[in-house]
Amino acid sequence: MSFEPKAEPLFSKFGWMGIGLFSLVAFVFIPYFYLGASEQSVFQLSSYSVTLIGKIMCYCIVAVAMNLIWGYTGILSLGHGLFFALGGYSFGMYLMRQIGRDGQYQSDLPDFMVFLDWKEYPWHWFGTDSFLWALALVVLVPGVLAFVFGFFAFRSRIKGVYFSIITQALTFAFMLLFFRNETGFGGNNGFTDFKRILGYSITDPSMRAVLFILSAAMLLGAVILSRALIRSKLGRVLTAIRDSESRLMFSGYDPIRFKLFVWTLSAVMCGIAGALYVPQVGIINPSEMSPANSIEIAVWVAVGGRGTLIGPLLGASAVNGAKSFFTQAFPEYWLFFLGLLFILVTLLMPKGIVGLLSKIKRSETSVRVEG
Amino acid sequence: MSGASFALETSDVSGLSSDSAMERINAIKAIAAVGDSDALRILQALQNSEVYVTDTGQIVVENDNGDVLDAISLELLDPEPEYYDYVIVNNVMRSELENAVASLQLLSPDRDVRMASAVALQNNRSKEILPLLASALNNEPDEEIRSILLVIKAVILLGSEDQTTRIDAVQSLEGTSDRAIRELLVSKLNLDDQGEYAEPSPEVRKVIKDVVSSIDQKLTLIDYFGRLFSGLSLGSILLLAALGLAITYGLLGVINLAHGEMLMIGAYATYLTQQFFIRFLPDFFDLYVLAAIPIAFLTAAVIGVILERTVIRWLYGRPLETLLATWGISLFLIQLVRQIFGAQNVEVSNPSWLSGGVEVWNVVMPYNRIAIIVFALCVLVGVWLLISRTRLGLFIRSVTQNRSMASCVGVHTARVDLMAFGLGSGIAGLAGVALSQIGNVGPDLGQAYIIDSFMVVVLGGVGQLAGSVYAALGLGAFSKLIEPGVGAVLTKILILVFIIAVIQKRPQGLFALKGRAVEN
Repeated sequence: MSFEPKAEPLFSKFGWMGIGLFSLVAFVFIPYFYLGASEQSVFQLSSYSVTLIGKIMCYCIVAVAMNLIWGYTGILSLGHGLFFALGGYSFGMYLMRQIGRDGQYQSDLPDFMVFLDWKEYPWHWFGTDSFLWALALVVLVPGVLAFVFGFFAFRSRIKGVYFSIITQALTFAFMLLFFRNETGFGGNNGFTDFKRILGYSITDPSMRAVLFILSAAMLLGAVILSRALIRSKLGRVLTAIRDSESRLMFSGYDPIRFKLFVWTLSAVMCGIAGALYVPQVGIINPSEMSPANSIEIAVWVAVGGRGTLIGPLLGASAVNGAKSFFTQAFPEYWLFFLGLLFILVTLLMPKGIVGLLSKIKRSETSVRVEG
Repeated sequence: MSGASFALETSDVSGLSSDSAMERINAIKAIAAVGDSDALRILQALQNSEVYVTDTGQIVVENDNGDVLDAISLELLDPEPEYYDYVIVNNVMRSELENAVASLQLLSPDRDVRMASAVALQNNRSKEILPLLASALNNEPDEEIRSILLVIKAVILLGSEDQTTRIDAVQSLEGTSDRAIRELLVSKLNLDDQGEYAEPSPEVRKVIKDVVSSIDQKLTLIDYFGRLFSGLSLGSILLLAALGLAITYGLLGVINLAHGEMLMIGAYATYLTQQFFIRFLPDFFDLYVLAAIPIAFLTAAVIGVILERTVIRWLYGRPLETLLATWGISLFLIQLVRQIFGAQNVEVSNPSWLSGGVEVWNVVMPYNRIAIIVFALCVLVGVWLLISRTRLGLFIRSVTQNRSMASCVGVHTARVDLMAFGLGSGIAGLAGVALSQIGNVGPDLGQAYIIDSFMVVVLGGVGQLAGSVYAALGLGAFSKLIEPGVGAVLTKILILVFIIAVIQKRPQGLFALKGRAVEN
């Protein structure tokens, strides 16, 4: 084809400035004020706030992944919480092995297995004492599941609401499976009481700082990757799938491979986010896989503005910030708020916060602004 | 009971006044031998410790007013005796009494009494009742009671000394489907502590083995019958829950995630109707479920119409956003119900005509489950008539098939959408009435059914009622058939795998409308 779109820069000037600012804050200021500043300083950050920000950054990674598949490719997944939880469980297995004999029963096995009177690790725990294998699992488990599921789903051209519903059923089925003790993942209680990573205590401030910095780096990586992907030719195919899949097929493209690629990539990103989330929060249990959690991810992206780079980050931070506030201040109204958020955002702000902002900006300057 | 014609003589009962337990037992036997209704009455009174002996040795009973009557003639004793005491009934006498009463009841002219006594004798393994059984079998006209008696007889004869008698007894047990008898037979095959078989003869053991395997076959059949019934019951629930969804999805192409909450609203409407009947119409309480049917339909339909007008209408053409918005509606409604009625389940009780059940083939079928199957059938027929015979149904079908063409020929599509959405929600409300009769009613009620009903729609395809019917019944039967073997969780996962496998072959569901348009 002769038509070549004009190469866009990876990021605009503003974009680079934002990345620089983010790096400065996340990699220098926050670790410094958390570890370095004296106790009395007003800038001293508590473990609670560092963990909270770290947690929200993990959610942001998920939102970026969701944006790739929904915002750009137009496939609404209601099962991303599953991939997130699977990543968390994969790394959680390693964390459980690291407890060693410090559990309540002083056994080589995790407490819940002692409780079930198991004598050895089940087969799927094989090799989870190795850090590297655990990292591989974090990528492989969500990746392989997404690949296999996506292969069959996309091959039979399941799309639109059908696909959404089936992903919801998938995560629901997995939740039921993980609730069972026999599955070997701690049943109801999941994994908790982690002690250390690579021999270092998990509650130590410097370990928290390391996890924080890793989350920030991963988030940055996810944003850059998704931006690079979207401005590539591949990204244009993805948006074409969103806008008119049939027309893309008539032009000789096979959408299945593109969909499968971005779907799997998105699942792996969620898995990594989950693996970073679990050691910071200190617990993973099957309720992470509940359909409600997955659908909430979609609303983060919708609130921020899907199909935009910064929208998912804004959405995930805003909704989770609101959640932290509401569940402490008026716990009974949180569901009202969330429900109304779902309704109002879809009705009134189809392009989310970003769309709203650019509309305001456009009406002020009457100049066309890049969405 | 006339005083003149009794066959029971005073001499028959006088033995009861004896101090010797032996003589008292003989007296019981003598009374039992007379075998008329007076005899039965006195023996039962003895069982209840209501028979007394006076200082003069007369046998008397006391009635509810505290009057002392002669035990046989039931004439008032005048003057009242100075002193009377219980006829002492020891354990030996008690078991003798039980046998005597049961055997007298076995010959009673009243079928229900005979039935009850046959059932009561089922655990009796003593040889003494054999002659009684024989005489009862000679006179018994009722097949059901006969078969029970025959089994009792066979079980007793299993302990016989004579080998051929035992073989006959085992063979006559072949038709039974009683698990206790199967266990009894199996126990005969076991080795005891001395390493000897409970049943010494190898020939008899062989017969026992054959009979046990034939009983097992029968039990398996009954088991499958039971599973089929629960499958049918689950299937009709799924059908009720999914029917409305299939209509709205087929018509509008949007999936209403608040559909489950329409079930919940229907169930709460039933609850409120029940409360209303308890407060104002307690005499007609049994009818509240019937009253709840239209109320639940209308409540859910009105709420559905309001939702269509305020939210869903604005999202047509954006199905994924509809999904999110309706999820928001569902969260909102759940929380609203929690605030109004509390987070706990509310109590909805069955009316008397829906409690209890009927036993067929050793499978208990609760009336409420049967009623739901019938109800689902009625709703199905109603919806079918509506869709295929009315003007609204014609419009719904036309808009489902080709919206723009229908609009061009003058169908007011927006109104059809509204009506259809109300109809779908109303049907969900009806499902809520059904659910309230078999399970807990709480704010989360709908959540449990929403995914299952979507699976029905996905599997069955939209546009034809038959798809939903087959998919609902198929999924119900499939899950109940495999559930006892693999457990509930694995069943859900297998169903999901199954649905994905089916969709590989038929992406639009099993019964999709055929067409060549590229969907987008």
